[in-house]
Amino acid sequence: MGLDVRPTPTRRRAKAGVPGPPPPRATWRARLSRLDVRFSPYALISPFYLVFIVFGAFPLLFTLWMSLRDRELASGKDEYVGLRNYTDLMSDSDFLNSVLNTLGMFAIATVPQLLLALLLANALNRRLRASTLFRVGALVPLITSTVAVAVVFTQLFDTDYGLVNWLFGLVGIDPISWQSDRWWSWIAISIMVDWRWTGYNALIFLAAMQAIPHDLYEAAAIDGASRRRQFWQITVPMLRPTILFTTIVSTIGGLQLFTEPVLFDNGRMDGGSTHQFQTVAMYMFDSAFTSDDYGYGAAVAWMIFLLIIAFSLLNFMFVRRMGGVK
Amino acid sequence: MTLVAGPDLGGREPRRAARAHRRPGRMRGLWEASPLTYLTLIVALVLSVFPVYWMIIVATRGNDIVGDVPPPMLPGGELGKNLGAVFDAEEASFAKGLVNSAVVATSVTVSTVLFATMAGFAFAKLRFRGKNALLLTVIATMMIPVQMGIIPLYIMMGWFGWQGELQSVILPFLITGFGVFMMRQYTQQAVPDELIEAARVDGCSTFRIYWSVVLPALRPAAGVLALLTFMQTWNDFMWPLAVLSPDNPTVQLSIRQLNSAYFQDYTLVFAGTTVATLPLLIVFVIFSRQIIGGIMEGAVKA
Repeated sequence: MGLDVRPTPTRRRAKAGVPGPPPPRATWRARLSRLDVRFSPYALISPFYLVFIVFGAFPLLFTLWMSLRDRELASGKDEYVGLRNYTDLMSDSDFLNSVLNTLGMFAIATVPQLLLALLLANALNRRLRASTLFRVGALVPLITSTVAVAVVFTQLFDTDYGLVNWLFGLVGIDPISWQSDRWWSWIAISIMVDWRWTGYNALIFLAAMQAIPHDLYEAAAIDGASRRRQFWQITVPMLRPTILFTTIVSTIGGLQLFTEPVLFDNGRMDGGSTHQFQTVAMYMFDSAFTSDDYGYGAAVAWMIFLLIIAFSLLNFMFVRRMGGVK
Repeated sequence: MTLVAGPDLGGREPRRAARAHRRPGRMRGLWEASPLTYLTLIVALVLSVFPVYWMIIVATRGNDIVGDVPPPMLPGGELGKNLGAVFDAEEASFAKGLVNSAVVATSVTVSTVLFATMAGFAFAKLRFRGKNALLLTVIATMMIPVQMGIIPLYIMMGWFGWQGELQSVILPFLITGFGVFMMRQYTQQAVPDELIEAARVDGCSTFRIYWSVVLPALRPAAGVLALLTFMQTWNDFMWPLAVLSPDNPTVQLSIRQLNSAYFQDYTLVFAGTTVATLPLLIVFVIFSRQIIGGIMEGAVKA
């Protein structure tokens, strides 16, 4: 690469003192081609950086700057308040409640999701009839519109007319008030999240499982290891990097949970009558766009970012630990 | 989103062949699926598909089914009537929402594929100063949550006078770090160096090489990126909710409007969600093989 395409014959002639100037057109082209090799890489990557600087990096710093100010759009108020937004957040029970809700739903959703995905991937990794059908089925939820499916699930979890409570009624369980009870609302929302992401994670696990050498399993089988034992002692340890990856992706997604709980509350930002399922992202949206307190909303945005970083690091350490035992 | 690493699934075919050849007696059962495996998979399939199926059932029924025991499990004949009501509902501007979503998702997809393949090619095959550091920043941007930016973005859109306009939901997403990284990984293994050198010797400019050599070779991966991008843009909710107004919505906002205004009228709302969901599902089913291949190949070696 970086091939030199200068028309060397022309040069040699010039050096040898052969009369007559080199054809100017060739040099011009040579120079052009050198410029091309040198600068086109930057031209090719420039659209990314242009978009990133304007709509990515600048807003990030702008959020930080705004979070140190008291800013209202309607009244035009805009003054520096130092860290007051952050200290206010620490004693804001609505904010702390939203953090609790987010972490709670994140835990309820993520742990079963990844376990189910592992089991599903293990099943898909067998020799199967209709394997494409099962894979397509696993991915269908990802393709559906989040808003549409949240609406459908909200109806399925309706206290009076929902299909879920009807099914429960068949086996003698009293109707559950999915919306108004904190725990049940967390579970309902977690089910929506898991419905969407379990199959996708299963396919990612499946891809990684197919890269595990088959000899390992054959050797284990010869040594008399059961399938279950093979799964826990070969498959899971070999998938460690993939598990870390899916955990971090789920963390980034889970801590920003927004669409499902908003639709579960009929499109409002409150997260239920007592904010029982209001997430941090909803609180940020509410502070900025409903209460016109943009500085405060920006501080919440930074807290989300910090939470994501903290939890990604925790995951990283945890999964490393888990692997250290082997 | 997905972290993409070099797809080296080349081993899959030979392995299958090898498995068929040497199969000592006691290994035969090792990869066989048990009835329990099928049971697990069928339950998973039913759970995956049921909410979508239920949505379609309700969308084709009249409102009298609410509370029916047992609930209906087959489609009825009221889809046309329900759809008429959806498009007539003034609060939702549903037709406009559909058109807007199509415009937004198409523009974002075309530009993402174009810019991501360009940058991916540069990172995979060209030499330039600062390449590694620049690539690292691309990867780092994949970690920044979108929500971090929506408050300042909203204010910026106010400066430009774009609040409520479609460009506000197009321009910030013209290209993503995810797209660049994914295309870099594919270019690295799908385009041989010799091909590029040959084109250079023939006097192609860098851009010409991109357009005539690299882009055609990247077609399958670019297709996967296109579908993922389209899907993501079509489904985006938070930012459009912040910056667009109800009379110029994307289809997801239309559904929300519909849901708030007619929340007791399930059949109507579900007809709306069906219209918003089915086009993507159909495209997905048609290209499912390629998409699944793309996701799995590009999956992980984090």
